[in-house]
Amino acid sequence: MGGLASLVARLQIDWETLLTVNLPALIVVLIAVPLVLFLYIMGTELIVRRFPKRAQPTVRPWIWVGPAILLVSVILVYPMIGTIIRSFFDRGGSNFIGLGNYIHMLSDGGVLIVLRNNLLWLLLYPAMVLIFGLALAMLADRVSYEKPVKSLIFMPMAISFVAMSIIWQFVYYYRPPDVPQIGILNAIVVNLFHAQPITWIQDTRFNNYALILIAVWGATGFAMVILSAALKGIPGELLEAARVDGANELVVFRRIILPLMMPTIVVVGTTMVIFALKAFDIVYVMTAGNYNTDILARRMYAELYAAQNHANSSTLAVILLIAVIPVLIFNVQQFRAVEARR
Amino acid sequence: MKPFTDQTGVKISFEATRDLDAILQTKVAAGNPPDVTAAPGIGTLIKMAKAGQVIPLDDKLDMSQLNANYGADWINLGKVNGKLVNIYAWAALKGLVWYDPKAFQAKGYQVPKTWDELITLTNKIKSDGGKPWCVALESQAASGWPGSDWHKEIVLSQSGPTVYDSWWAGKQKWSSPEIKQAWTTWGQQILGSGGSNVYGGPQYMRATTFGDGGQGLFTNPPKCYMFNQGSFITSFFDGYTPKPTAGTDYAEFALPDVSSSNAGAHVVSGDAFVMTKDTPQARALIKYVATAQAQDIWVKRGGGKIAVNKQVSLDDYPDPISKAEAQTVQTTKIARYDAGDLMPTDMRDAYWKGVLDFVQDQSKLDSILANLDKVQQTAYVGAS
Repeated sequence: MGGLASLVARLQIDWETLLTVNLPALIVVLIAVPLVLFLYIMGTELIVRRFPKRAQPTVRPWIWVGPAILLVSVILVYPMIGTIIRSFFDRGGSNFIGLGNYIHMLSDGGVLIVLRNNLLWLLLYPAMVLIFGLALAMLADRVSYEKPVKSLIFMPMAISFVAMSIIWQFVYYYRPPDVPQIGILNAIVVNLFHAQPITWIQDTRFNNYALILIAVWGATGFAMVILSAALKGIPGELLEAARVDGANELVVFRRIILPLMMPTIVVVGTTMVIFALKAFDIVYVMTAGNYNTDILARRMYAELYAAQNHANSSTLAVILLIAVIPVLIFNVQQFRAVEARR
Repeated sequence: MKPFTDQTGVKISFEATRDLDAILQTKVAAGNPPDVTAAPGIGTLIKMAKAGQVIPLDDKLDMSQLNANYGADWINLGKVNGKLVNIYAWAALKGLVWYDPKAFQAKGYQVPKTWDELITLTNKIKSDGGKPWCVALESQAASGWPGSDWHKEIVLSQSGPTVYDSWWAGKQKWSSPEIKQAWTTWGQQILGSGGSNVYGGPQYMRATTFGDGGQGLFTNPPKCYMFNQGSFITSFFDGYTPKPTAGTDYAEFALPDVSSSNAGAHVVSGDAFVMTKDTPQARALIKYVATAQAQDIWVKRGGGKIAVNKQVSLDDYPDPISKAEAQTVQTTKIARYDAGDLMPTDMRDAYWKGVLDFVQDQSKLDSILANLDKVQQTAYVGAS
């Protein structure tokens, strides 16, 4: 026991800081917020009752959704409008220069490469995640050890992108040709193919794909699990009937499985597209945008914090926003289509 | 920091970050700055000082005592618009060439005393079939900086402090003859065409973490014979397997003067402290870091830190190498702070990127410099 006591004494935990919790704030959050909401709904209900009976169902939803609309406009719409306005002003923020920032950004070769890289991410990342996820879901469905396989593939989801990048730095590790390679990829290149080792991160022929592959590795498990659930939702009789009618596996997949899974594939796909547009961590850690691997979100960060150029960073934010809009519209349409089919 | 707490009863709550720019600017903009901020790169601190976000120390410290303990250069380096805002706690020396004395002896190489001797030695090692240099530039978001150290050291020593000062201040173009000459000197005389003087060539330079760059010195036979890096690099040497011993396995010489008219010029760096909120505790801490007592603690812990306070005895340095460095700091005639740290952050980042492009293909120098000129035009506007 004495040993334990001395161990505890040696721990030197700063209990004072650790246990200092803002109690009034906690009470407000836990009790007052729900209470206010409750009173708001009850109070407004009294007002709604005064409306004619026919108008009540029209008024009520607006009152209920009102606080949310107010919050969204204050913390989302208002800053967005501010950003858009700022993108039309010069660096000092006092002179209106119209599309000057956009022209400057687009005529700068660096930004065009950034846009090209975002396009690469946008196309390759969702496509590869879906293909790998679907293939794994299909294959795992047919083996008895499905659960351990799926658990293993899902595991990278638990790691942050930063940690993933560190892991893959070892995979891509480069050493000169005259010493043994310790990175697995270059070890394969040198020992199996008897080729020169490749600087995967620096070589502009490979580096963008190398970075995207890290993200794919991280998200494939997520896609696999969701697609697998959708796959299991397909009634067995349907597949049975098709096979009895003489359809081979390829036809079953193309004509029955794929159409039935389409809504899920679209949802996973659009989620990945949005992820691709927001990608930041991997590029920041692996290359910091060097060697032609920069992407919009990282460039925006650099303009905002390193250069403190609010005009440029706002312009990039607006470009990113414009790029997301079609994806959002597509996503909403798909949700509607799925709802309509029910 | 424990002795400080014992003496003053002030407890320090310490928040460390590797993303200082983002964290600090967010906190200051939100009106919630820390009492005291310490930073290895003073670019951000200077920017904040110009924006009036840090508190001048001239009337907060005992200046006569500071003048007695600090070299005039070090106080001047801490001034912005004539007011003292930064206090340097320790210095680090840049432009040190590390080598293995045993490898030098085995081949009969002599430590060069002049720039010409350094180039002769470089060429001799090459003709003997070895690689003269190791260069390692990878440093994640800061990749390229070790090359910029090479370049700025050459600028200062080749063209002098006047050119150096107007260059980092944005008043001298990157494409000007002096700055360009430093690039070509580094490229042609040290790196060699296509990086042929450097172990592993451009690929290895760009893919290797700066801390691992010295590994090649200690292999048998050596992959390379010389490695230019700041005084802090010994803490990375300590992590190598097998661990090299200071003095027997490695030693250093300061990069020789490129031009004799700027003899004794060195680029130095240091960690600066600023007061971002005027509290009694903050004053006490700033006062404390400037004392010989505080700096003695860091010096004795090793790691290439050299005290700025002159009262710190040379005998307190734990090994002959850091002692020699402390002597170099004291005998430096022209001390200039790291130009990259003095530039606006976007200028510095572009500088580092320029290094990476330059080592890959030296023939692209003109377009690299044209791009740096373009960044220079906007980086200094609005930042102050």
